[in-house]
Amino acid sequence: MRKIAIASGKGGTGKTTVATNLAAVASRNSIRVAYLDCDVEEPNGALFLKPRIDEKRPVNVSVPGVHEGMCTGCGLCRDICQYGAVAVVNRNVLVFPELCHGCAGCWMVCPTGALVESQRTIGQIEIGRAAKVDFVQGILNIGEAMSPPVIRQVKTTAVDADLQVIDSPPGTSCPVIESIRDADYVVLVTEPTPFGLNDLVLAVETVRTLALPFGVVINRSDTGDGQTLDFCREQGIDILAEIPDDRRVAEAYSRGELACDTVQDYSSIFASLVKRLLEG
Amino acid sequence: MGKKQQELVIISGKGGTGKTSIVASFAALAGKCVLADCDVDAADLHLVLDPQVIWSESFSGGKRASVVTERCTACGTCAEVCRFDAVTFDGPPNSRIDKTFRIDPVACEGCGVCSWFCEYDAIDFSPSVNGEWFVSETRHGPMVHARLGIAEENSGKLVSLVRQEAVNLAEEREIGLVVIDGSPGIGCPVIASITGADMVLVVTEPTVSGLHDLLRVADLTRHFATPAMVCINKWDLNPLVASEIEEQACKQGLRIAGKVRYDRAVTRAQINRLSVVEYQDNGCSSDIRSVWESVSSLMHPA
Repeated sequence: MRKIAIASGKGGTGKTTVATNLAAVASRNSIRVAYLDCDVEEPNGALFLKPRIDEKRPVNVSVPGVHEGMCTGCGLCRDICQYGAVAVVNRNVLVFPELCHGCAGCWMVCPTGALVESQRTIGQIEIGRAAKVDFVQGILNIGEAMSPPVIRQVKTTAVDADLQVIDSPPGTSCPVIESIRDADYVVLVTEPTPFGLNDLVLAVETVRTLALPFGVVINRSDTGDGQTLDFCREQGIDILAEIPDDRRVAEAYSRGELACDTVQDYSSIFASLVKRLLEG
Repeated sequence: MGKKQQELVIISGKGGTGKTSIVASFAALAGKCVLADCDVDAADLHLVLDPQVIWSESFSGGKRASVVTERCTACGTCAEVCRFDAVTFDGPPNSRIDKTFRIDPVACEGCGVCSWFCEYDAIDFSPSVNGEWFVSETRHGPMVHARLGIAEENSGKLVSLVRQEAVNLAEEREIGLVVIDGSPGIGCPVIASITGADMVLVVTEPTVSGLHDLLRVADLTRHFATPAMVCINKWDLNPLVASEIEEQACKQGLRIAGKVRYDRAVTRAQINRLSVVEYQDNGCSSDIRSVWESVSSLMHPA
């Protein structure tokens, strides 16, 4: 199985467009495809692939639970917690679960069993099928700060396939790292504007830090300026595809349609991208 | 009672809807404000505002564990207690054993549990530098911004710091308004940028994704009881979806601050390192001015 992560520093460059079209086109060429939506804060893949959801599973994380009356006020739990998620007042322990990272430190150091491991639901995994594509998405509950546990569960839910397409969140911090860290290859989607280039440079640094092989797709390649292309050439970065701006594609996207179903040229752009990614 | 400075946060849910371009235009229209770029892991506002840094400081949001190879006995306790799969048995040899444990700095969440339980004092647990933050002067007023290190944690803490420093600066210089560029999504950096703010402006676009993500962000602002308004950017790309957004926003009790037409001048302005309202007077600039008027009429800077 080949795991391809679709990422970008800047949001709105076309990550989901590339990921969903790639998955759809590959599946129509007899490749077994799994699409994993790891942009769990704002998952959009389902709007385009329109999967039938067969199963939903909660995403639980470990947090401390309190056994009333057993706290002696020793404060070890407060001392080990690096996140300010535990406070001790007299002989009472107070827990702030939304600050907890689930490291287990507090209940491991508690000498009396006043703190025990318990579970809290922070999101949901949905599993289904969209035409020939196996579909998995994570959805972070509103108000929850930490998406990495949901992303981790999306990736462990993944079914067997020839090609796994991982739709990542934007940015360069922990949710992105969690999404792409064990990918075989990363596709960075950018647009040829100053903002696009600035964030591409950060994304390139990120994938290089993780020592992952990668290439770039320049979306709306005929807008903006030539600096993105110059940067890629100077750095010896593979340009996997240059996708021209097309009003028909933007309109199809706005309605939740796949570009490969709407515009013939796009279907062939993605077919050659699939070929290139599977060869690599 | 309360603070005098008003904080206006621009977020979007979905990325790439034009948040930063709107912030840059607001900076030009506000006359006097303090700017805060809280999109710390993909900050772009500086590309338009050309900040001259007058102060910078490194940011440490937490600690990080690392194995002191020479002291490691390969007992494996660290790997057993780590909940983040950050400890692996592939470290370099020391004078007693051929293989030691190693901590992957990317996977490490800085909880320190390994260090606490190590009987041989073989795990160092000290503050890590996660990024850098800056105070700058721009042509539209002072700006606080930051850069999160590559693959670093604690973006929420850095966002809180940037926001707090911007408010302090506003107080010091007696400026009534802080305009904050937020990040996409609904997670920790977004929560850190909107909690306790006076007004959130959500910039969306007329696409099914834009609508979907707007509704999640609207739930988030309600969850944290932050007043919010909506700006539909590039509304004429799909007027049908744009009116659907207006309808849904009304149902959610969100006020529409205005609609901005699609205009290629936005990209040209960016290439010229200008906000679009500085680049041209007509086109989308007049739309942005009216959005600014409706937002600023609801803010009451001291």
